[in-house]
Amino acid sequence: MKIVGRCWVFGDNIDTDVILPTQYLLLPDVKSMSKYAFEPLRPNFSREVKKGDIIVAGKNFGCGSSREQAPAVLKELGVAAIVAKSFARIFYRNAINLGLPVVECSSLYDDVREGDVLEIDLENGVVYNKRTGKAYEATKIPEFIMEIFRCGGLVEYMRRG
Amino acid sequence: MGMTIAEKILAYTSGKEEVKPNEIVVVSPDLVMSNDATTHITIDIFRKMGGVKVKRPDKIIFVIDHNVPSNSVQTAEVHKKMREFAKNNCIRLYDGEGVCHQLLIEYHAMPGTVIVGADSHTCTLGALGAFATGIGSTDMAAIWVRDKIWLKVPQTLRFEINGKLPDGVYAKDLILKIIGDIGADGATYKAMEFSGSTIKNLSMDGRFTLCNMAVEAGAKTGIIEPDEKTMEFLSRLRSEQKYVLFKSDSDAEYEKIYYYDASEIEPMIACPHTLDNVKPVREVEGLKIHEAFIGSCTNGRLEDLRIAAEILEGNKVHPDVRLIISPASRNVFREALKEGLIETFLESGAIVMNPNCSTCWGACQGVLGDGERLISTGSRNFKGRAGSPNSEIYVASPATVAYSAINGVISDYSREV
Repeated sequence: MKIVGRCWVFGDNIDTDVILPTQYLLLPDVKSMSKYAFEPLRPNFSREVKKGDIIVAGKNFGCGSSREQAPAVLKELGVAAIVAKSFARIFYRNAINLGLPVVECSSLYDDVREGDVLEIDLENGVVYNKRTGKAYEATKIPEFIMEIFRCGGLVEYMRRG
Repeated sequence: MGMTIAEKILAYTSGKEEVKPNEIVVVSPDLVMSNDATTHITIDIFRKMGGVKVKRPDKIIFVIDHNVPSNSVQTAEVHKKMREFAKNNCIRLYDGEGVCHQLLIEYHAMPGTVIVGADSHTCTLGALGAFATGIGSTDMAAIWVRDKIWLKVPQTLRFEINGKLPDGVYAKDLILKIIGDIGADGATYKAMEFSGSTIKNLSMDGRFTLCNMAVEAGAKTGIIEPDEKTMEFLSRLRSEQKYVLFKSDSDAEYEKIYYYDASEIEPMIACPHTLDNVKPVREVEGLKIHEAFIGSCTNGRLEDLRIAAEILEGNKVHPDVRLIISPASRNVFREALKEGLIETFLESGAIVMNPNCSTCWGACQGVLGDGERLISTGSRNFKGRAGSPNSEIYVASPATVAYSAINGVISDYSREV
């Protein structure tokens, strides 16, 4: 799987409450929640993000709550992948289950600017930055998780049995 | 090679003689909890998976605790959906009786079992010697369908804490100190095992506070070996005594062992907006507060309320401060009433709420406005978690919160004792 997209850059310890604040968790569906993604940090994010964009972040992305609404709103907005130095474990697992590719890559972060176009090769664990012309090594994703990504999430994966 | 308690529970539950860190095991969890923060989404996913009836309703507990009583039409609809699903599937539902983790402590959780909850603070139950961890909605829905989940066996970090905590210093200060030291990602994917003479002497309420906050260092679970105190605690709560007691082997392999001298710990406080931005309380003393909160799955238990009442007794909450107190469960509330703690709170000018997640969850009670500062016994201080993105949350012990509420500014109680 190859993913090409323009990136948004966030910092360290981006928590689930910032990705989707508590007061929007009980909206009836993910579509209506998605308008409020990153509201405390970047209130215009949901309007400006484009389908296929990539989120780049520092360490411990998605720390905090188990709310699956956090990765779900990002997927809903068309975010194609998240590349971070590291992820919090419940968020990481939730993103995989939703079929939203999460890529651990520590070397890219210090070399990336917002708006850079990145190409992610999931199978081989490589992130390429078109502006710098450099390739950055990412943690390789195990085959059974790749299979969940290819299916588009655990729901579809289970349906296929 | 020996195994840690976390490894032993995962081996036992997955029917294996032995497991090793990073190995993937498939287990049928013993207890499964879902609350009103996410269940409405999980029900939709369950249906998308083709689910009609849940496979093992007897293991599942629903808890309405995050927005109680409902604060909007939207919340009411979510609650209705949850009640209806519970009824149709014969799932036990607690409605407004308390915070989910506290209810599992009081009624359901057992040592030696695997407990999963769609709430990150499920790790609280590790203080009973269970392997307890938080999961998301899709994993939860898959368990409803298949009664199975895969888990990667975590490495264990051991925290060996010896000595006596000074007067005015509590389990909350200890766990904040640890998170400050190892960082908000210092235990990502790992089990945090707490041991040593300090833990032995800690009350069960204190042990729950420790394990509760393991997730704030990124841990998969916090865990404490069950001992006589655990047994005594459980025997008072329920007649059923069917459980397996596991202890870590003396030759168990730990990724790292951290040593702490409890006598050196002082009152600590997590400053905005991450849990590892921890300082001694004395360094931020004098900072004006607008609201104070005592409650939550971290510090809303009887011992916490007793500590707060002792400090508030004969004092008034500062006129510029709202002090909100929410006992963690109906049982805690009832005991607090019997002991006269609630009377003390009311006399001091506190607002006493029904048992629920309250201000810690930030959508229902005590929501903050722009520029306001909260001191809380809750678990989190993320930007905007208790209301406005331009508000601030400081996380500390019940003693620090109660004492600060009287003074109107962040204050170190330990110097008073």
